Amino acid sequence: MSTGLDPDTFESRLAGPGLGFRVGPFDLFLKARVKGLAAPLARLYRHYPVLDADRVFSINLTIHDVWRPAWRDRRRVRVLVDGQQPHEDMPAGQALAVLEWAQNLVIAMRFHSFLMLHAAVLERNGHALLMPAAPGHGKTTLCAALALRGWRLFSDEFGLLRPGGADMIPLPRPMPLKNASIEVIRQFAPGVELGPEIPGTIKGTVAHLPPPADSVAAAQRTAPAALVVFPRWRADAPLTLEPCHPAQAFMELARNAFNYELVGEAAFQSLRMIIDRSRCFDLVYSDLDEAIAVLTRLADDTDG
Amino acid sequence: MAERMAEAAGPGQPVVAPTTATVRRLLGIALREPQALPELSAPELDLCLRLLRRARLLGRIESSRRFTHPVPDILRSARVIAESRARVARWEMDRLAWALTGVDGPVLVLKGCAYLLLGTPNATGRSFADVDLLLPAEALPAAEAALKARGWSATELTPYDDRYYRDWAHELPPMQHPEREVEVDLHHNIVMPTGYLKPDAAELIAAARPIEGTRFHALAPVDMVLHAAVHLFYGGEMDGSLRELVDIADLLQHFDATEPGFRDAFWPRAEALGLLRPAFYAVRYVERLLELRLPAALAAAPARAAPSRPVLALMDALVPLALYPYHPERRARSATAARQALFIRSHWVKMPPLMLARHLGAKTLARLRHQMRGSGKGEPGAAG
Repeated sequence: MSTGLDPDTFESRLAGPGLGFRVGPFDLFLKARVKGLAAPLARLYRHYPVLDADRVFSINLTIHDVWRPAWRDRRRVRVLVDGQQPHEDMPAGQALAVLEWAQNLVIAMRFHSFLMLHAAVLERNGHALLMPAAPGHGKTTLCAALALRGWRLFSDEFGLLRPGGADMIPLPRPMPLKNASIEVIRQFAPGVELGPEIPGTIKGTVAHLPPPADSVAAAQRTAPAALVVFPRWRADAPLTLEPCHPAQAFMELARNAFNYELVGEAAFQSLRMIIDRSRCFDLVYSDLDEAIAVLTRLADDTDG
Repeated sequence: MAERMAEAAGPGQPVVAPTTATVRRLLGIALREPQALPELSAPELDLCLRLLRRARLLGRIESSRRFTHPVPDILRSARVIAESRARVARWEMDRLAWALTGVDGPVLVLKGCAYLLLGTPNATGRSFADVDLLLPAEALPAAEAALKARGWSATELTPYDDRYYRDWAHELPPMQHPEREVEVDLHHNIVMPTGYLKPDAAELIAAARPIEGTRFHALAPVDMVLHAAVHLFYGGEMDGSLRELVDIADLLQHFDATEPGFRDAFWPRAEALGLLRPAFYAVRYVERLLELRLPAALAAAPARAAPSRPVLALMDALVPLALYPYHPERRARSATAARQALFIRSHWVKMPPLMLARHLGAKTLARLRHQMRGSGKGEPGAAG
């Protein structure tokens, strides 16, 4: 599957009438008139099915250049969601990261028909692995590494499911690697294709790893939650994998979710089902290969 | 219009009909015959849903098997938000009832929370912002003290805004409990005491009815409609307040169907409270903009309720421009101007000219100071 568009068509459609993409359960309509954005975006989005415009879209996003007088600061980009600005203009050099964050923002603010856990989610052998973690604990890095080793990517950020159920819903998107993680992933997977490095964002330097083609192609296939692992990267630490108390895991998932309270009782039911059917662990690691080996063993040991 | 859109709609060619007429037609379908929504073309339905979201009316629309992906998610999401806000509101009211145990006399819930507790038809899928309570002016200090004693505190205001509320407004500065995110407004009337409209709050409170199973009262049916009208036409910002007109339409229909004598009591009560003008606008625009057919007794406004012809012509031109949401792709200059004109008008009807000049002067000064400080916190002050 691919957009099937050559770079010029991609750019002119993006800048003109707009382009529709199917991103997991969301249909995104995107217009972008930002110098230098189309080429990296075309590479990051190259696996997404392109949608015709004769449909209702879940998200309608526009990003465009804003020119400002030279004595104010430099070139900026403006994001519009349904014609409204969700935040102030951002430096133009960060357009790609800004666009990805804007999508996160709209999804998190709007789509409460899903329970949205804050977790990286991947699948292996039909079992979904949930990795909730605070920023800085290496969630995205480990998620990217697993995706590069054949795990099916659901999301590095959003654990989506239908309230009342425990089947995880894929939302494969580009994964924003930050700062040292960029080099870690380059060494982990020599020759890996990353988006441009974007320095100076609120989260430091960001570079996006495109979602694997297979993961995008299988984005409509859900998987039941089977493993909940709280990863924590610690320099030079030996790998430890300790069972985590289910009540503790429940509370962590609830506390970090985007809309646990908003969804209400059905969110409680979902978390109960996830915890009932999942094995829960705390993982401390310093070496990606070791962490992947232990997680792969866990997934392969899990009964279907 | 539909033909032209169909012609232009090809793959990869998103079509938006940028006219105001389209906006009104699509919202009209959504509000009057939502069962016809699945028959709209996809680009029209897309636009319609975005307009409904902007107008905060999306939660009203029932999902249906005839909708295709991703429409059920869009509608369900709006409903979930509304249900969550309703839950939060009910809990806040539960806590307020507890906090106000020692305060004598009726406590009225106004607007969204009253609709919620009474279960009026407009409450379905309606998201709310604040809890508004109305008490006799003499009970307000005790109520304020009771809330403060149980953890609520006034949101931070500039000294000017605090004085604005206490000296001029019909409510105290908003209060909030630190554990929750709901703003509680304590009112002693439904309009500012400085304005042209001077309904007697004691009359409103005397006619209020207890809401079964709660500590609270609600305005009597006619008064509730009149309050909604006052709030819409004399309240301040009209930006995206189509929803308030929809509230009025729903309440008129609901009470006319369920409340004996409602239609005959409407105009005499409006006159007794000195609220003929807002009642006139309410009836006029639910009929004109929402095409609501009202029974003769409601539709026939007394002649003295109407404003002068030039004012009416101006309102007829401005009100629809201000009420309808912007087209998401095209922001009409005329609509922006209409909103500004009505915003100034709403101040004009609230305050005598000298007071208005002082108020706008103070706000402008505050804004300038704020800009010079270059802080990125947005508009200073919540008042006016």
